[in-house]
Amino acid sequence: MSRWETVIGLEIHAQLATSSKIFSGASTAYGAEPNTQACAVDLGLPGVLPVLNTEVVNMAIKFGVSIGAEIGKRSVFDRKNYFYPDSPKGYQISQLELPIVGVGSINITLQDGPNEGQPKTIGITRAHLEEDAGKSLHEAFPSHTGIDLNRAGTPLLEIVSDPDMRSAKEAVAYARKIHSLVRYLEICDGNMQEGSFRCDANVSVRPMGQTELGTRAELKNINSFRFLERAINYEVERQIELIEDGGTVAQETRLYDSDKHETRSMRSKEEANDYRYFPDPDLLPVIVTDEDIEIIRNNLPELPEQKCQRFISDLGLSDYNAELLTSSRELADYFETALALAPDQSKLLVNWILGDLSGALNRSDLDIQSSPINAAMLVTLLQRISDNTISGKIAKEVFEAMWQGEGSADSIIESRGLKQITDSSAIEGLIDEVIAANPNQVAEFQAGKEKMLGFFVGQIMKQSKGKANPGQVNQMLRDKLKA
Amino acid sequence: MTITIKQLQKGLADKQFSSVEITQDYLNKINQKNIDLNCFISVTGELALKQAASADAVIASGKGSVLTGIPMAHKDIFCTDGVKTSCGSKMLDNFIAPYDATVIEKFNRSGTVMLGKTNLDEFAMGSSNENSFYGSVGNPWDTSRVPGGSSGGSAAAVAARLAPGATGTDTGGSIRQPAALCGITGIKPTYGRVSRYGIVAFGSSLEQAGPFAHTAEDCALLLQSMSGFDPRDSTSVDQAVPNFSVDLNKDIAGLKIGLPKEFFADGLDSDVATVIETAISEFHKLGAEIVDISLPNMGLSIPVYYVVAPAECSSNLSRMDGVRFGHQCENPIDLEDLYKRSRSEGFGEEVKRRIMIGTYALSAGYYDAYYLKAQRLRRLIKQDYVKAFEQVDVILCPTTPEVAFKRGEKTDDPINMYLQDIYTLSLNLAGLPGMSIPAGFSQSMPVGLQLIGNYFEESRILNTAHKFQQVTDWHLKAPEVK
Repeated sequence: MSRWETVIGLEIHAQLATSSKIFSGASTAYGAEPNTQACAVDLGLPGVLPVLNTEVVNMAIKFGVSIGAEIGKRSVFDRKNYFYPDSPKGYQISQLELPIVGVGSINITLQDGPNEGQPKTIGITRAHLEEDAGKSLHEAFPSHTGIDLNRAGTPLLEIVSDPDMRSAKEAVAYARKIHSLVRYLEICDGNMQEGSFRCDANVSVRPMGQTELGTRAELKNINSFRFLERAINYEVERQIELIEDGGTVAQETRLYDSDKHETRSMRSKEEANDYRYFPDPDLLPVIVTDEDIEIIRNNLPELPEQKCQRFISDLGLSDYNAELLTSSRELADYFETALALAPDQSKLLVNWILGDLSGALNRSDLDIQSSPINAAMLVTLLQRISDNTISGKIAKEVFEAMWQGEGSADSIIESRGLKQITDSSAIEGLIDEVIAANPNQVAEFQAGKEKMLGFFVGQIMKQSKGKANPGQVNQMLRDKLKA
Repeated sequence: MTITIKQLQKGLADKQFSSVEITQDYLNKINQKNIDLNCFISVTGELALKQAASADAVIASGKGSVLTGIPMAHKDIFCTDGVKTSCGSKMLDNFIAPYDATVIEKFNRSGTVMLGKTNLDEFAMGSSNENSFYGSVGNPWDTSRVPGGSSGGSAAAVAARLAPGATGTDTGGSIRQPAALCGITGIKPTYGRVSRYGIVAFGSSLEQAGPFAHTAEDCALLLQSMSGFDPRDSTSVDQAVPNFSVDLNKDIAGLKIGLPKEFFADGLDSDVATVIETAISEFHKLGAEIVDISLPNMGLSIPVYYVVAPAECSSNLSRMDGVRFGHQCENPIDLEDLYKRSRSEGFGEEVKRRIMIGTYALSAGYYDAYYLKAQRLRRLIKQDYVKAFEQVDVILCPTTPEVAFKRGEKTDDPINMYLQDIYTLSLNLAGLPGMSIPAGFSQSMPVGLQLIGNYFEESRILNTAHKFQQVTDWHLKAPEVK
């Protein structure tokens, strides 16, 4: 067991899914030509003023009530002053002293260590609203840096956790939980590649048993859960090695380089800015009433934990399956759409969704929304199993064909001639052929070697190209052999 | 000879002259006199004549408003679409805004004609108009003296009869002080009455735009056009704007006018005091009740203001970084060099001084002692006024402690310069409306009298001023400008 304990806190920036920016009417859509979605306010022209998009407040409150946090009845926007070309005003509007969301928490399931599988509560220090900066384009022009202010003023909810995580896996579990929550709440599209959901990790190590925290490094530029885990693990190893070699960890910001798989020092605490925060005189304090909060609370969608509980208690799913199904809103939606079409098939649906479908999605690196087989198509397939049109085994072949885009289950069954043979006389013919061809095996069975039955079933299924109804084959074969 | 907006309005309506004719007349005067006075940074003659011609067409069609065809000058801190907005700074010498400030938009809708944009202390920081990249402005009563600031160009232009009305902004006295020093009428409305959208920001929590004119009556007309809630300015107040002209002639018998003893104490020039006392007796004759009051925390207003305003300005001016607009230094070697040289070259001394003071006041370790403390004291100042207005309807005091001083006299003494705003600053800290009206002369220079109203009671001070102007003619006195 390691002598070192890892301590991790995360700062998650969730881009709020509004159509216009937090302080201007410009569009927030991703991927437009540089500077085509930046109005005078986003450009920080002299004389312009910010006006709060109140939708962001509602979204932040939604998040706050979902993590049981206290909502700031009076929250204040502050200016964080620093010079950088992609920060057009020379300050970022953020919240320091009085954030919109106060202390809350969220539960995760431990992913490793002695208590693996057990729940753990991760504290959330606060969540506040702020505007995003623009982007510096260092590669676009030789010897110059381009500035794209399309992203400037995009609303962000910065969610700050307590330093409660003790491994990279725990940190990922927490990040995934927040990711799932903001998507359930429909306040963030969660797209990590486009930067809609960004994780910065504060990582430190300390000798086991020490209560005082070690010096932390802040890891930035992490754009997937996989990289989050790798970046933390790299950094933990780096810090332990450093300390064991007699060095000390510097408090600094480090950039994660996913190509080289390493973290690099970006700026140290000494060079850090004094941000000179003060309340933005252009914006009034945001006043939220209990009534506002109740309205939002009463209109919350079913949250992942509630849904998970419902799946367990109402549908009798296992804890494990219920948790997997509710890990993303889209997956749960898929399941529930399918369940509505086939209410008595929950077990079969779960097996197929978490089995073949999830496997296929993983292999193709697709998410459930992009699945070529939608819920209705899957239900038809499963219905063909239960109405004995095809066997479970043939169903896998049909599934594969559906995945390849060959059409619906019925048209594939039809065109490939996969319809199950249920005609007793046809099955009887097949049985007779196999019995006649294998006299020795018949003798063995009759001498009491029961497992020979499997051999016969296999032969008959092979003869029928898998299409014979296995139940019927079993029953009839038994009767014949025993006769 | 003084021609008021009211008179121009009548002449236009009666077809005695056209807007093009009077516009041309003002442009001619500007052409003659601006060389000495330097009150305009840009003269927009071509645009003015075009606007005047379309105003004449509107008047001919009978669809004109009260201000249609009236020529005006705008302080060069209001963004004007397509016309340079310099803020008196080298930094924005090349800046042409792609949009109109709300105030400009409103005047355009009223049909006024823009003669040009007026000189000011750089980014509205100053009390003498000597901090301008475009040079200082002469006081039309004596060009060796300052016109006051920061809206010195607008005040001098109206005083010299180069425009019948003009806009200004007032962050610590920048409308009232130059109005006083130039012998004209100017009003700063309640914070939130006029939209700040498109006014290049200096002290966001302090500043308001307002008009200059010869009379309270004209100021009421101009302020009417400027006021109103603007969804683009979160600090503008969503409250109905009263008709500022209807109560102008209301009898002020029984009006309670408070005289704060702190504003008649040491530091007030004795001649100025005498002029104000004479004016007070006029109000007494009009039936007003004169009440002695106290505003005990007024001594704090200069120190509080010189923390709050620089703090806000240090942040507001950060966007002038040489990256997207404004002055950019030549051949920067790296980003830091670009910032440092662009800003060092682009800003003048006073602006740099205030950026430094403000940056210091907001710095880690000093924030509580300066910025937070100043905000607490600001509330005390406001409380003084709230209590005073439980006793009186209007507060009266001198606008400035002395008449216009000589150019260059105080440029090396910033503290003495700051003291010129001792009677005006506290209104900005409290957000109250105030105006300055001519009350007499001392050393042949105009003396201004300040009337302070309760929140959103611009009508009451305009009424008080108008009644005074009905029985006096100080506001009609014109300087001899060569």
